[in-house]
Amino acid sequence: MAMLEVQGLGISFGGLCAVDRFNLKIEKGQLYGLIGPNGAGKTTIFNLLTGVYKPNNGRVTLDGQNITGKSTIEINQAGIARTFQNIRLFPKLTVLDNVKAGLHNNHPYSTLEGILRLPKYRKVEKEMDEKAMELLKVFDLDGYADVLAANLPYGKQRKLEIARALATDPKLLLLDEPAAGMNPNETQELMDTIRFVRDHFDMTILLIEHDMRLVSGICEELTVLNFGQVLCQGKTSDVLNDPQVITAYLGE
Amino acid sequence: MIVMKKMKLDKNLKSSLITYGMVIAAYIVMQTLVMTDNISSLMEGLFVPLCIYSIMAVSLNLTVGILGELSLGHAGFMCIGAFAGAFFSKCMNGAMPDGIRFVCAILIGAVVAALFGFLIGIPVLRLKGDYLAIVTLGFGEIIKNLVNVFYVGRDANGFHFSMKDAMSLGMEADGEVIIKGAQGITKTPQDSTFTIGVILLLIALFIVLNFINSRSGRAVMAIRDNRIAAESIGINITKYKLMAFSISAGLAGVAGVLYAHNLTTLTALPKNFGYNQSIMILVYVVLGGIGNIRGSVIAAVALTLLPELMRSLQDYRMLIYAVVLIGAMLFTWAPKAKEFREKYSPKRLLALKKAQKEAK
Amino acid sequence: MSFLGYLINGVSLGSVYAIIALGYTMVYGIAKMLNFAHGDVIMVGAFVIYTAMSSAGLSPILSVILAMVLCTILGMTIEKIAYRPLRNAGSPLAVLITAIGVSYLLQNLGLLIFGADTKSFKSIVNMEALQFAEGQLTISGETIVTIIACVIIMFALTSFVKYTKAGRAMVAVSEDRGAAQLMGINVNGTIALTFAIGSALAAIAGALLCSAYPSLSPYVGSMPGIKAFVAAVFGGIGSIPGAMIGGILLGVIENLSKAYISSQLSDAIVFGVLIVVLLVKPTGILGKNIQEKV
Repeated sequence: MAMLEVQGLGISFGGLCAVDRFNLKIEKGQLYGLIGPNGAGKTTIFNLLTGVYKPNNGRVTLDGQNITGKSTIEINQAGIARTFQNIRLFPKLTVLDNVKAGLHNNHPYSTLEGILRLPKYRKVEKEMDEKAMELLKVFDLDGYADVLAANLPYGKQRKLEIARALATDPKLLLLDEPAAGMNPNETQELMDTIRFVRDHFDMTILLIEHDMRLVSGICEELTVLNFGQVLCQGKTSDVLNDPQVITAYLGE
Repeated sequence: MIVMKKMKLDKNLKSSLITYGMVIAAYIVMQTLVMTDNISSLMEGLFVPLCIYSIMAVSLNLTVGILGELSLGHAGFMCIGAFAGAFFSKCMNGAMPDGIRFVCAILIGAVVAALFGFLIGIPVLRLKGDYLAIVTLGFGEIIKNLVNVFYVGRDANGFHFSMKDAMSLGMEADGEVIIKGAQGITKTPQDSTFTIGVILLLIALFIVLNFINSRSGRAVMAIRDNRIAAESIGINITKYKLMAFSISAGLAGVAGVLYAHNLTTLTALPKNFGYNQSIMILVYVVLGGIGNIRGSVIAAVALTLLPELMRSLQDYRMLIYAVVLIGAMLFTWAPKAKEFREKYSPKRLLALKKAQKEAK
Repeated sequence: MSFLGYLINGVSLGSVYAIIALGYTMVYGIAKMLNFAHGDVIMVGAFVIYTAMSSAGLSPILSVILAMVLCTILGMTIEKIAYRPLRNAGSPLAVLITAIGVSYLLQNLGLLIFGADTKSFKSIVNMEALQFAEGQLTISGETIVTIIACVIIMFALTSFVKYTKAGRAMVAVSEDRGAAQLMGINVNGTIALTFAIGSALAAIAGALLCSAYPSLSPYVGSMPGIKAFVAAVFGGIGSIPGAMIGGILLGVIENLSKAYISSQLSDAIVFGVLIVVLLVKPTGILGKNIQEKV
């Protein structure tokens, strides 16, 4: 069974068809790329997959579970976590608290237990601290645990966003342009991190990216999107040599 | 790693303990002044209001600083708590021991105000920014207006309600009108003391500080910082917004009960429960630092005492108050003033001196 | 009084709200701040007219012009001293509280100079009331002047914003301050101009308000100020026709509920309607609805 299966997904905004008859199949543990020119509808697809938009038609199944039209929160609980194109951290929380916010649903205790500082509060908070520090360590952020997220350098903010998404314990991780604004060295480092995340957490990853070095370097399969429709789908090397794709990117 | 965690937990705890300690120290100092007869009765009369405004500021800071929503109707919740608590005390006066009755009145005031906070929060918290502000202001004014036309009486047949006048309650001759519209509630037992006020302030601080430093508080602050991201990691936006708003309203209700039991006559006037009062509390919160709970208490106390300390200046004192307020805001917030402060901060000057010495 | 009478009086009161709301809405649109002191500028305007007419014996027209000039200077001074330093403070609350401070300042200055007692304001309108249907319906001169003034101001402002360079600069600054600055627009000047216009309108509103309700105290502008702010939000804050519609609707609702439901509850009803409108249309009647992009 595929980890993610999308069939005939479509949405239009005021008559404008943003995504049309979109199909996608990602196997467990795959590193999958979604590419295409600006405005092709890549982020819209992420928004559809995570319930920010409700699709007009189509069907989305995650690990056998139908999640079509579910709310963002339900979808996150079903196992999809994401990052954003324009970083969305909790700037006034510390790096540690950003990750702990991601642990929110899987480490529950009641508000009253929190206010009265009952033993369960101490126990769960300790668990959360340990788990969060573990995650931060993966991204080399453990030295910044007490820093406000807003004060992190850009590259580290991107990493923190991934750490926070992983804290929700997802089955599928969506990364929206993780390398945007990074220099070649940072991108190289990011590629290693993404690969490590896949192997270490046994994660399935779908990413949107413009940086072809990153795409060809780590993605096993690609889907190219153009004007809201699938232009080409398949193995990375095949797709990148497809004349249609080259035309879409470079023009006639 | 674990060592570092311990340190961080301790940091929050330490900050909370400083806040409690500060309140207790202030209480001891003031009590000593009273016992040694070193304080005017006028000042002494301000002790309970100081607690009331501090609780109001702390609770509003939960909405404004932690939840990040500008509420201009906080006095409305205080009004609800005041009337609910005073109503209970009037009904139960003599029916149970005074101490227990007052504790019950406080709990009832808190619960009723929190319930209103919850009900009002459902529509209001869907709005954003200044729209939310004006709607909370609206609700505050509606509450004040409705209380002014509300009549409740009690006779052998039970309770009677009316929105018109005392006559239309249709009571038996032996009946007693408890809430008399614009005349409010009279002869509420005067149970509020400075000691009780300080205890309630400490409880309010305990609740708010522990809430902030818990899982739920973190969720609320995550929503404040970025709603869309909070949703994406599965945080239930509506639940936590409503939770913070209701707790905030409930604590305002506690302040209201304290207020009601500090006066013989409780009426809903623009002065005590109108938008001007809400704004006054907001001033404490902003001046004390948005999200800084300890600052709220300090600002509430300082700004309540300021006009009294300037009593000798008579007519000029509110003018000076206004100028101080504007000056304080400019000094703390203006980018130019910030630059100036950083440049001439004692810390930096000391460090500079040290560096010069070392260079020599 | 007949329904029509209440309605016309409501439109008149609403016109005053609308003129105040215009000041609120323009300042909000451009400086992104709630100028809580706006209502108190109305009070200053009314006191200037009162003093000019009673002590200096100036004609009503001259008094109003004098008030407009003084309020304009006052508005620009407040903006320069109290608001401009906080423009890039990064917290909208800082400037809001400062505005509240300015409001206290103006009220207490008024209190010091003029005392707390209410003064009776001599109407600036010298016109016979119109009688219709054999005295069944009376429309006072104040009502007529207020409504006409409101319509003229509305048209003048709309044309100013649409057709003059300064007006278009205002629109540009309100849309995107940074971009406007890069296009060579003097942002500080434009904001100051907005305050000037808003304050001049406040002076006119003060004249009309106190002519219709002839009692003058240092707190006279406070409640109408809040209500005009409500009106601006009602119509969609930042929008000139929105402020107009919001103001008039508010005045009509207030007057009709005073007449037919309860004078004690009229404010509650006004706020109740506002809440319902905002819940149905969260950015007001003519407000632009911009969704945050994910």
